[in-house]
Amino acid sequence: MDWQPILQPVWLTLKLATLTTLLLLLVGTPIAWWLSQTTCRFKHAISAVVALPIVLPPTVLGFYLLFFLGPNGPGGAFTQWLGLGTLPFTFAGLVVASVFYSLPFVVQPMQNAFEAMGQRPLEVAATLRASPWDRFVSVALPLARPGFLTAMVIGFAHTVGEFGVVLMMGGNIPGETRVLSVAIYDHVETMEYAQAHLLSAGMVGFAFLVLLGLYLVNGRIDRQVRA
Amino acid sequence: MSGIQARFQSRRGDFTLDVDLQLPDRGVTALFGHSGSGKTTLLRAMAGLDRCDGHMIFRDATWQNDGQGDTQSLFLPVHQRAIAYVFQEASLFAHLSVRGNLAYGYKRLSAEQRRIGWDAAVEWLGLEAMLDRSPASLSGGERQRVAIARALLVSPELLLMDEPLSALDSRSKAEILPYLERLHRELNIPVIYVTHAVEEVARLADYIVQLEAGRVVAQGSAIDLLSSLTQRPVEGEEAGALIEATIRQHDDAHHLSELVLPCGQLILAPRLSASSNTPVRIRIPAREVSISLNVPEGTSILNILPARIIDHTEGDPGRVLVQLELLTDAGDTGVRLLSRISRYSWERLGLREGMQVQAQIKSMGLER
Repeated sequence: MDWQPILQPVWLTLKLATLTTLLLLLVGTPIAWWLSQTTCRFKHAISAVVALPIVLPPTVLGFYLLFFLGPNGPGGAFTQWLGLGTLPFTFAGLVVASVFYSLPFVVQPMQNAFEAMGQRPLEVAATLRASPWDRFVSVALPLARPGFLTAMVIGFAHTVGEFGVVLMMGGNIPGETRVLSVAIYDHVETMEYAQAHLLSAGMVGFAFLVLLGLYLVNGRIDRQVRA
Repeated sequence: MSGIQARFQSRRGDFTLDVDLQLPDRGVTALFGHSGSGKTTLLRAMAGLDRCDGHMIFRDATWQNDGQGDTQSLFLPVHQRAIAYVFQEASLFAHLSVRGNLAYGYKRLSAEQRRIGWDAAVEWLGLEAMLDRSPASLSGGERQRVAIARALLVSPELLLMDEPLSALDSRSKAEILPYLERLHRELNIPVIYVTHAVEEVARLADYIVQLEAGRVVAQGSAIDLLSSLTQRPVEGEEAGALIEATIRQHDDAHHLSELVLPCGQLILAPRLSASSNTPVRIRIPAREVSISLNVPEGTSILNILPARIIDHTEGDPGRVLVQLELLTDAGDTGVRLLSRISRYSWERLGLREGMQVQAQIKSMGLER
């Protein structure tokens, strides 16, 4: 068996998921923090926008991203103006699409963690001379750690598992946009069942291990907190 | 200007807070009142935890609280106020050890800002043995002690305490009260202490502000206010005077302590834990004080002191609350008691203002 077509999508998928998770932490943390603290009347509208990818078929999201970032869309015009070309059917385009697609899955656990913590620890920190930024770093982030862990694992796993958005936005270019899920689909289409089995079984194992690890770690943190 | 000026107005739904207070800048001031009277709202406003109209003036510094819209920049944020705050629940940081909790505020001060030392705070609240434990492993009383030490370690110029004992069981309360009394005696930091418990007021407060529905209804020194008839922060069964006495000696055989009142007379109280010659505050509930025209004979009452009737009021049906002033050979003493007797007794004995009587105080009724 030629291992190159097997390993290349695996590597590409891991690269995509890692990069997406890191970007999601950067983008998702301020959104989750803002949503957990704000009393702004647009809070619910903005929560709904962030949560849209949970409900929408991935094809819809992929279609609009394709349209928006394509050569004739406003986003595409902007990236072209920056001299970056257009994002669809590139690895960078996949990353952008994955960030949008997985955003709610990362924001929600973080927001829940921030909200579960309540205002009290922050008020205590304020009376102990901590500035707002100081309170966020020294109190909110450490107390929300279980939520962050969940957010990272779910964000990573969700990106590994995406298919519809990738297909719309990235197509099937080996080494560039041909991630695991697309590769499996392709193998099945071309009746290469051995390869499809190998990758699919690997995915099942991966998903199980990720979830098992998550539950074990959260269970331990839970016990620590309750002890 | 010395003293603390606090002026706040806030409106939340049905509730309006409207106070303009001048408070002593030493000792313990109790904000006293029923739940919903606005004590906590007022304390939070003082700390800057809630925005509302008003400000505090404290030792030449003005802490502005208004801050809607254009005047937002005037608001002095919590972390820039020279306060410390002890919340009702200890609210320790779960992700830090006891040591980490204590160090949180302490390490945010510069060396010259640290007027209360680490060792002193740890020793005061008896925390040496638990520094490396996690908050989750402590009892309620221990947690609150850590919270108090953590607050002291920011070397506050004003200590705000929001019912620090109310979430504790009576054993933990009894465990913490001596620590608070010691801080009160040894620490030269003004304290504003929110409570609805008479016991805590009696043991800790020097000055009382009574709140009702967001307004101040009475204020004054604890001793004056608790023995006053017109401004009574404590109604009904709880009414009683507060007296600062000194322990003369203990009678261990009979489990009694002999106390000297400010006017020089002696009274007997249940054995107190403090040592001889230390000052103690004694609460004399009005229900434990009765009145007789002559020195009675063959009575079980141990404390019988000459007194003059100053004033009386008829509150509850069938009962009279009488204000008495103790007398010595030298005349009036300024030491006042409250006595609750039946209206029938008042009439039968022909009692009236100015009359000289004997106040009988049941010693077992005296409260620390």
